[in-house]
Amino acid sequence: MTGALDAVIQGILLGGLYALFAAGLSLIFGVMRLVNLAHGDLIVLAAFIILVLAGKLGLDPFMAVLVAAPILFAIGFALQHVLLNRTLGRDLLPPLLVTFGLSIIIQNGLLQLFSADSERLRSGAIETASIALGGGIAIGVVPLLTLLSAVAVIVILNLIFYRTALGRAFRATSDDLEVAQLMGIDHNRIFATAMGLAFVVIAIAALYLGLRSNFDPTIGPARLLYAFEAVIVGGLGSFWGTLAGGIVLGLAQTIGARIDPEWQILSGHLVFLIVLAIRPRGLFPRALD
Amino acid sequence: MGAMKDAPPAPSQMFSVATGAAAPRPALAAAVAILLMLAALPAFAARNLIQDLIFLFYMLALAQCWNLLAGFSGLISVGQQAFVGLGGYMLFALTLFAGLDPLLAIPLAGLVCAAFALPTALIVFRMRGAYFAIGTWVVAEVYRLVFAQFKGLGGGTGTSLAPSITSTVFGIEWVKALFDVRTPAARDIISYWGALVLMASTLAFVHAVLRSRRGLALGAIRDQEAAAAGLGVDIYRTKLAVYVATAAMTGMIGALIYLQKARISPDAAFSVLDWTAYVIFIVVIGGIGTMEGPVIGAVIFYLLQRNLADFGAWYLILLGALAIAVMLFAPRGLWGFVAERFGVTLFPTRRRLIMGSDHGKRV
Repeated sequence: MTGALDAVIQGILLGGLYALFAAGLSLIFGVMRLVNLAHGDLIVLAAFIILVLAGKLGLDPFMAVLVAAPILFAIGFALQHVLLNRTLGRDLLPPLLVTFGLSIIIQNGLLQLFSADSERLRSGAIETASIALGGGIAIGVVPLLTLLSAVAVIVILNLIFYRTALGRAFRATSDDLEVAQLMGIDHNRIFATAMGLAFVVIAIAALYLGLRSNFDPTIGPARLLYAFEAVIVGGLGSFWGTLAGGIVLGLAQTIGARIDPEWQILSGHLVFLIVLAIRPRGLFPRALD
Repeated sequence: MGAMKDAPPAPSQMFSVATGAAAPRPALAAAVAILLMLAALPAFAARNLIQDLIFLFYMLALAQCWNLLAGFSGLISVGQQAFVGLGGYMLFALTLFAGLDPLLAIPLAGLVCAAFALPTALIVFRMRGAYFAIGTWVVAEVYRLVFAQFKGLGGGTGTSLAPSITSTVFGIEWVKALFDVRTPAARDIISYWGALVLMASTLAFVHAVLRSRRGLALGAIRDQEAAAAGLGVDIYRTKLAVYVATAAMTGMIGALIYLQKARISPDAAFSVLDWTAYVIFIVVIGGIGTMEGPVIGAVIFYLLQRNLADFGAWYLILLGALAIAVMLFAPRGLWGFVAERFGVTLFPTRRRLIMGSDHGKRV
């Protein structure tokens, strides 16, 4: 019984990480209907940026991410403004193939720079600290922080979307691009800002990715798939749905791994396919697209 | 105003729709001649060239399949490695466990892939556009993880075809006698003919589909799905038919690839880089949505692979950057550029309106 309860708790905490992966993907889809196949590789890239900053400046990863966030915002803004805005239109292929090409470039660029060795973000005692809940169940401080950060990111994204002028512009361009342009919204700038914001979320996701486990340049595509599954399971267009989707995926993987360690990833994928088969619009759908 | 032209406005001006010359005889003859030449090549060519051509042929065949999906039917799949891997594993299962001849196992592997493609389609067809793309990738990962569980096929580390299977493949004694070669070279020649047959039949299949009524329906779906539905095209069934047929072709190609490699593992057989990223590169560089594009793309890819693959990561960065540049600045690829400038076509699949003709070809 304790084992089952423990699996559920650890699964929910893992779901926090997947919700962080997914929040950035969900954000850019929500604003500009862009599905970014390089999303997972961008998370890994951000983890390496944090690693390098922490190493060079002698900072704790939690501090390094504060330095990395504005840099990543600028990279995201520029990427959207210079490259990705050109691909958006009625045709689905250009954005998909350009981001797929980007994924291959980032993966191999990182391999060239950092080799295929596993890396990890080091933050001293907090990495192994845990809180005992009694009954033999303990929760790690880092996994707990991951989940709390995911909730905080989602609260903040919702505030930005529904309480600020920027959020109004996001929603307006998302609802009707042409009318938004008529109202004087520079959609290229709005899209670039949204991508910059997504990159800040990516920085936070990368921090916890690097603190919770080893990472190397090749693990990006799998993170993309987890993020995507969380978004679809949760239902498009709702950040809280994305959190729920992440938790469903985390639970599926953790429970699967308890049955047989080799089934961890497979159980996550299978639960995704089952949800797709019985509730194709996800558990908490909002958008119609 | 000037006088009207005295001829009354023809109330029934003749027009018709034609798909180029139905089968221009010189072109057909040229195709047959090229095929015969390629078939006879093992008599003169070195073993290296034969091996290179096997690679070129199966990459071209895969590219035609992906192009039929993405370029002509709007089904952008990033998961075709599912069927390459499944086909390869079926070849191993059918020869190792059922003792079938590998050449018989290839078409059977195609049938198995078609059978698996049906339930797969029921799930992935619930997603559209970009979601369909990632959904197919998830399915391919499921296939990979499931095959890693089969201990009989080597689990996660994979397995090899016993030499007793590969060196007794149908016709090998005959090839050995005919060309006076040893067993490994004779195996390559048989794989080469297999790859040639698959490549040629893929081209013929895609060509036939595009010239048929179903091909016209596909073009309509790709260009404007709602309008196509309004004109009575059964979108779901048309797409399903293409998806299943492509899976069967892709599976047969996969079976042939792994007959040639004689060693399989889940990571290699279900590799998104080898069986989808390279294939997308070929189609995009050559020109998506044309039959000529993948041919040009495959040759370019073969030359790049041959000369630059040793650069490893830098080579892949170059491929990614080239694909992005083409997508941004010449989205119709090299062939699109050539065709626009010179108005040529090798595989006439486009419909043209012919005014004033009363002997139009079928629509």
